[in-house]
Amino acid sequence: MTIQEAKFQYLLRLGDSSLIIGHRLSEWCGSGPILEEDIALINIALDFVGNATAILGYAATVEGNGRTEDDLAFLRGEREFRNLLITEQPNGDYAATITRQFLYDVYTYYLYEALKSSKDETIAALAEKSHKEITYHLRHTTEWMYRLGDGTAESHERMQNAMNDLWMFTGEMFDMDEVDALLIKEGIAPDLNAIKEKWEAHVKPVIAEATLQIPSYNFKQKGSREGKHSEHLGFLLAEMQSVHRSFPGAKW
Amino acid sequence: MPQHDKLSNVFVILNEVKNLMIPNITTDQLFQFLSAIPDPEIPVINIIELGILREVKWDGETCTVVITPTYSGCPAMKVIEDDIRIKLKEIGIENVKVDLVYTPAWTTDWISDEAKEKLWAYGIAPPEHSSVDKGLLTGKVRHLKCPQCGSENVSMISQFGSTACKALYRCNDCREPFDYFKCI
Repeated sequence: MTIQEAKFQYLLRLGDSSLIIGHRLSEWCGSGPILEEDIALINIALDFVGNATAILGYAATVEGNGRTEDDLAFLRGEREFRNLLITEQPNGDYAATITRQFLYDVYTYYLYEALKSSKDETIAALAEKSHKEITYHLRHTTEWMYRLGDGTAESHERMQNAMNDLWMFTGEMFDMDEVDALLIKEGIAPDLNAIKEKWEAHVKPVIAEATLQIPSYNFKQKGSREGKHSEHLGFLLAEMQSVHRSFPGAKW
Repeated sequence: MPQHDKLSNVFVILNEVKNLMIPNITTDQLFQFLSAIPDPEIPVINIIELGILREVKWDGETCTVVITPTYSGCPAMKVIEDDIRIKLKEIGIENVKVDLVYTPAWTTDWISDEAKEKLWAYGIAPPEHSSVDKGLLTGKVRHLKCPQCGSENVSMISQFGSTACKALYRCNDCREPFDYFKCI
């Protein structure tokens, strides 16, 4: 595998995760529990979609086959997507959305912090920009972890159910393979073991403060690196890509 | 002389005239010329005052305009790009390329003091000095004044307001809501 191929894969992983979670959050548009939360989630979704546009745009440039970020977003099938499984999980209720977002926000916070020092200038620049936005996301979801976890009996139960369901998707975030090994050597990507330590140190106290339990099972879902996704991604892409695919080549 | 020669001569002459009509204008002047473009959402400030317009340069016959987005997903960037093309077309420059650059990362530190006054007059609380607000990201409280009545007795409704760059506040004295331009 060449460095260029590794970079392309790595950028797909970053960009696809942003795109898919951005899409999931946009599904709340007009349906949020209160107006301010509706707006908050849409703002966060917008940050992610903007980030995805930039990263997938760079991925297309690195690939060098004439594809654009739109081709990558709207014309690939499930098996070609590299987003983390956690990002495609359905929104469920607000507890599930917040829990999923919190676990992912802590991850992106430390990951992008590390990417600011990437030897690839474009990645470093994008990370510098996104990390500032991610800091605001994390603050928001942390507050809601406390409010809902340490809230009413019902909100607490919903949060614990969400945590029980989603915890199994957190292992994959830190898995590394040939792509990571190559890029770590070049100083382009960070060692995810270091990120994992920071993630655990950050996540555990918040979960405890929210009066929630970390599930006791050890099993962790994986597969997104090989394009093996949960059943949800197909439906998500069908909806997300339908307009683009209905009018091939259309221009605004 | 055959008909097509006459026609092609006409086209050559017209092209020369068109080139003469493009004013002999420096890139500095072009840069200032684009100050006429306001932020689409906040029309009292322009793209130079916001630090969005970074550079204007000539790449051969192409006028390249370099801009940087405020937030990654800012939808106003497309409108600003279109406005740049429209504005340059007014003075006969049609061969335009708009480059979106992400580095150096845009920061509210680039908003001029004058622009902050304009925001305030428009009803938007301007970003506080960055060192103060970055403290917010670790939990410290901002000290803002209501743009309508000047009271410091304000509450934050949501960290996310009408646009990606703004937070929503309410004044506890006059009860009016207002936007705060977040530091980033």
